[in-house]
Amino acid sequence: MTNPTPETQEQSVDTSKSEKKKTVKNKTITRGPGRRAQQARRQFLRTVALATGVTSISLLGFMPIPSDAKRQKLRPPGALLEDDYLSSCIKCGQCVQVCPVNAVKLADIDSGYGLGTAYIDAREQACDFSCDGLQCVLACPTGSLTHTLDYTHDTRMGFAVLDKPKICLAVAGQGFKGIARGAEYNGVLRYEEIDRWNPIQLKDHPYDVEICDLCVQACPIEQRYNQCKDGKYPSGDKNQCPPERAIGLELIEEKNGVRHMKPVIYDGCVGCGVCEMICPTAEPAIIIDYNKLTKRPLSEQYLIKAKKGGHS
Amino acid sequence: MNILLESLAQLFGRAPRKPRKDELSPAVQKIYFHKKGEKVTKAQLIALHDEHHKNSKNKWRKRRWLTLIAVNLLFVVSYYFDIQLLEGALTASRFAGFHMADLNSALQVMLAHKVVLINLLIGIVTVFILWLILGGRTFCSWVCPYHLVAEWAEMLHLKLFARGWAKNYTFHRGVRAVFYVIFALLAIVTGYTVYEFISPTGILSRAIIYGPTIALVWIAVLLLFEIFLSRRAWCRYVCPIGITYGMVGVLSPLRVTYDMSDCKHEGDCRAVCLVPHVLDLTIKNRSVDVEVGLGADCTRCGLCVDACPTSSLNFEFKGLTHKVKKEELPLMPPSATEKDPAVEDKIND
Repeated sequence: MTNPTPETQEQSVDTSKSEKKKTVKNKTITRGPGRRAQQARRQFLRTVALATGVTSISLLGFMPIPSDAKRQKLRPPGALLEDDYLSSCIKCGQCVQVCPVNAVKLADIDSGYGLGTAYIDAREQACDFSCDGLQCVLACPTGSLTHTLDYTHDTRMGFAVLDKPKICLAVAGQGFKGIARGAEYNGVLRYEEIDRWNPIQLKDHPYDVEICDLCVQACPIEQRYNQCKDGKYPSGDKNQCPPERAIGLELIEEKNGVRHMKPVIYDGCVGCGVCEMICPTAEPAIIIDYNKLTKRPLSEQYLIKAKKGGHS
Repeated sequence: MNILLESLAQLFGRAPRKPRKDELSPAVQKIYFHKKGEKVTKAQLIALHDEHHKNSKNKWRKRRWLTLIAVNLLFVVSYYFDIQLLEGALTASRFAGFHMADLNSALQVMLAHKVVLINLLIGIVTVFILWLILGGRTFCSWVCPYHLVAEWAEMLHLKLFARGWAKNYTFHRGVRAVFYVIFALLAIVTGYTVYEFISPTGILSRAIIYGPTIALVWIAVLLLFEIFLSRRAWCRYVCPIGITYGMVGVLSPLRVTYDMSDCKHEGDCRAVCLVPHVLDLTIKNRSVDVEVGLGADCTRCGLCVDACPTSSLNFEFKGLTHKVKKEELPLMPPSATEKDPAVEDKIND
């Protein structure tokens, strides 16, 4: 904790200095004039090695470590398309800090140049829009989460797909009774009828339904859509009303003549991931597909909505 | 103007040169002339040291460590208790709602994304003004968390080096400017903020605030390299953040100034300095004036101020610092510092 004593200091003086002194002293006695040039050459080679080494390491970001889950990570609401998102995110985590359900997390070094960028693991904890105001978008200092969207239904984080219809309880004609994700699961959701402001744990809210429709019940867009249908606008603002439905159970007749209920995803789906989160099967039957989104460029999506001018 | 250019050139890696005789001011020449033949013994120096450190051992280091820890803790406290005082991380944050953006991170983002965003611009201007006033690389030593762990690693390195258990390979300082260009080009070409991938400042700041990550392994690798192979290698030879803030600090009024009149030229300051080339002017016949501000690369860490046995190095805020007249100045002014035992204990822990 103390400053080195003068003796040790002399030894530890930056070696370049002490070496130089040495060479000057030794010049006439030992090796002659080549010594200094040799040292300079060595230092130059070391420097080149350092530059090459550090630059190479910085390029390792191109090779994200492949994980078993090959799916593209969901980004927070309003995120630009992946390439733009990665280039514009300043990796500060302000979106993480404002999220009331802690859905937003920061990626680790295994995601390469995605290190420090915000993502959402919907199965772990989905964005349920319980902040009502797209807080993460407002918090973003760089516009990685674009400010061009105003309402929850403007977002497009991905698109829900019934990934494994065979395990879907509704398809099998089964109901669901109990805690959706088991007692070990710590995810939270906002249930407006219970507490408008504070999300509660999923395990504190058991379900009992004849035909499993948890994904439809929990869908934040559906909830808003229904509120608006009843004339109760969210926050008293008609603009908060989603223009389209997001998901619904429909009676489907397959080609082989079998008739069963099935969750059908509509254009109003914003890809928030609540359906993936709440799906009570061991593996989620319904998941959010980020890549489906790229078919409809996000920027275009916002432009169309902005042009509609429905938000004034 | 010439001095500013020289200061920038040194920031980018040029070695300080010995001034010609005619470049030295007459006053300086006179003092150097009087110092000729003056022998300073080790015992004398130790006595001076003891006298100087009687009341204020590591005064600036204590203050700096406290500040650095406080700033980084403020991020943590603000997040965990949701008091929204300092949100975000060191790369970008909001202080009481005001946007702040780390200049280097913001630069990388703009180069990669090729768009200038208003919020980011606000943050950049705020931080630019802040460090323009506070001295550019002051960020490095007073805020950057990597600086602190690297400083601890350096202490270990010096101990090991003294025993011959560690090497200190040096590199050409110009390589940092090369890195600066490399990372700028990589950001432009790849569209990724490549430097952020290896930035120990960002990784450490986020780890402190949001919890440990695997990326900390990289920090460990860097520290091991610095402990066993090359003293303070990252800050000295690689980090582009240092250059960015160094450029901000060129014109900064807050700096360490060197007064050569009482200097014994023994080199204690250079021995503790992260960027010893800025202190080359403390070598005999190197200072062109009686009083000279240190170059832009100086991190204003104050280690030299603490180490100097003759109080020849001092913090100065141009235009604000009250200068005591030379005649009234005793050889070694007993520095009157308040001694807070609580604070000292904290530091000594």
